[in-house]
Amino acid sequence: MAKLTIPEIELMHSGHSGCPGCGAALAMRYVLKALGPETIVSIPACCWTVIATPFPTTALEVPMMDNPIEATGASISGLRAAADAMGLTGQTIVGFAGDGGTVDIGLQALSGMLERRTNAIYVMYDNEGYMNTGVQRSGSTPEGAWTTTTPIEGTSRGKLEPKKDIMAIVAAHNPAYAATLNVAFPEDFVRKVAHAKGLVGARFFHILAPCPPGWKYSSERTIELGRLATDSNVFPLYEFEGGKYKINRKIGRPKAVREYIEGQGRYAHLKPDEVEELQKQVDERWHRLLALEALA
Amino acid sequence: MPKLVLSGNSAQSYAVKLARVQVVAAYPITPQTSIVEKIADFVSSGKLDAQYIKVESEHSALQASLSAAGLGARVYTATSSQGILLMHELLHWAAGARTPIIMGVANRGVAAPWTIETDHTDTIAQRDTGWIQYYAESNQEVLDTVLQAFRIAEDPSVRLPAMINEDAFFLTHTVEPVDVPEQELVDRFLPPRPDIGVLKIGRRNRLGSFCGPELYMEFRHQVARAMEAAKGVARDTEAEYARLTGRDHGGALPTYRTEDADAVLITMGTASTTARAVVDTMRADGRRVGFAKLRRFRPFPVDELRDLAASVDRIGVVDRSFTFGAMGAAATEVSAALYGSSHRPLVTDFVAGLGGRDLDPASVRSLFEVLLSASPPEVSWPGLKTGEEVTTHG
Repeated sequence: MAKLTIPEIELMHSGHSGCPGCGAALAMRYVLKALGPETIVSIPACCWTVIATPFPTTALEVPMMDNPIEATGASISGLRAAADAMGLTGQTIVGFAGDGGTVDIGLQALSGMLERRTNAIYVMYDNEGYMNTGVQRSGSTPEGAWTTTTPIEGTSRGKLEPKKDIMAIVAAHNPAYAATLNVAFPEDFVRKVAHAKGLVGARFFHILAPCPPGWKYSSERTIELGRLATDSNVFPLYEFEGGKYKINRKIGRPKAVREYIEGQGRYAHLKPDEVEELQKQVDERWHRLLALEALA
Repeated sequence: MPKLVLSGNSAQSYAVKLARVQVVAAYPITPQTSIVEKIADFVSSGKLDAQYIKVESEHSALQASLSAAGLGARVYTATSSQGILLMHELLHWAAGARTPIIMGVANRGVAAPWTIETDHTDTIAQRDTGWIQYYAESNQEVLDTVLQAFRIAEDPSVRLPAMINEDAFFLTHTVEPVDVPEQELVDRFLPPRPDIGVLKIGRRNRLGSFCGPELYMEFRHQVARAMEAAKGVARDTEAEYARLTGRDHGGALPTYRTEDADAVLITMGTASTTARAVVDTMRADGRRVGFAKLRRFRPFPVDELRDLAASVDRIGVVDRSFTFGAMGAAATEVSAALYGSSHRPLVTDFVAGLGGRDLDPASVRSLFEVLLSASPPEVSWPGLKTGEEVTTHG
């Protein structure tokens, strides 16, 4: 029998209240599979506040601390300090936050945690908008995407600004480890989490978590879209460790950005020249990443 | 018991060391900063075995404290003014999550305009957050109350956070001799934090959670009950502390020469020392006046206040803050508590000493004179400068 590539252990239960096809639910499931039961998660206001199910139930087998939306970085610093003060060893402290709670309102607390070298893992699951409140734009929403606050109406053509590059911001703090992960590539995902678990210091994951209602696609396409995001270089898989970048997946002929976006209702308004512009930006970012990797 | 010459801020720091606090998370702000500087010295020199998180804001200071307390650690932080305003969201959270954080607060006015001087607006604005609130009169009281607060806050029937407030500069930066109890005595008084209501790694649990209308009220009512329970726990705790140290600060509303008084002034914080002296002076002149110190603002000492009011016809309340559109918070609470009393004295609210304006003996005496006058006003801002005095100032 072939060796399983994904740990069998399940620390997230079915019966959670995520939407069908929820990428954020998969992100939690794989993170916990790789980290194991000696883990505690701190979760701000985000989809996962709700996915975890209301009192007195919980979808997680590990303890969970709720925290307000902007404070995840501080929360895991506090958990780490308490664990150290109480002589707990071997446990993994995890912050598990959405993109708005990380790149917008939570950026200060994240920066503080990284700068303090807090021995913990900060996970940002990126569904590219404020999805729990009903699809509003965040700093992590990509250019051109429809959201309820970047409507397609009159002269408004979706989000005007490019997605905030959180990995560059994190890398500028020189953490012990940072990586992009994608729920559509579980082997790569689990390998990175397991690697990070063995390290000491501040660690950061940027996880792409496709969102059927927010991106407007049918729920069975989450993995397909996730794979397209990486294979079109829209969401490259890479690691940053010891000041060096390493790209984890390079395919000879990347898919067209058009292929990735055409199945998503949030991009349905884009005209061919607008798609061409997005393709140009993706190419530029990819070449910049290749250049960063070449520095190593 | 060694006597050290300590500022109010150092009294906070020594209490933290004696309490064997395990986690401190702090951010500097005038005039609190020397509390956390001193704690940094204690931790660096190995005199206090604690994790010290140098956070990037007060909001993060309280979140880090809260999460550390959620895992069961004994936790302390300190702040002031704008800092506690920034913490406001997490003050609610800390009480709701039943985390017994102890926080020292240097009472300072809030902007605009900028001020760094004594004023109670910063903590009065946190009245409804579910925190126990003490206002100290002396540096000795600061040290003793911080130690007592750990016992009260961590009691299984309470499990609420508590703030120990001290007037900016009047206490924070003024030194006086303070009896610092021996470590062995404090260890007997304050054992390690009870291990209940905390998250345990390796066990399924959630602290915070969310819930619908069918249970939210019950959670809030539990906080209300815990606050009521704190009254009795505080009484017992202070009695035990008095037995061990010989020091008793008189509970939530200690009174002074009120037995046959025609008028009683209620003060908070350092104004109390002045009021006590003025009472003595006026008594020597044959005037029947007394004073009471509102030492604990939350839970509010309703019973003690009604006992006091039973024999008094006029009560003046000194508010070092103001609730715009109504009256000062202490006067509002005093009036509300007395409405259900069998005897209802006249209540006058003196809004005084804001932003560090000095409450010297002459000005406190003038409050008594207004209180004893033919028809004392409901709300008074004594000593306000006239328009011309303001425009020609400086």
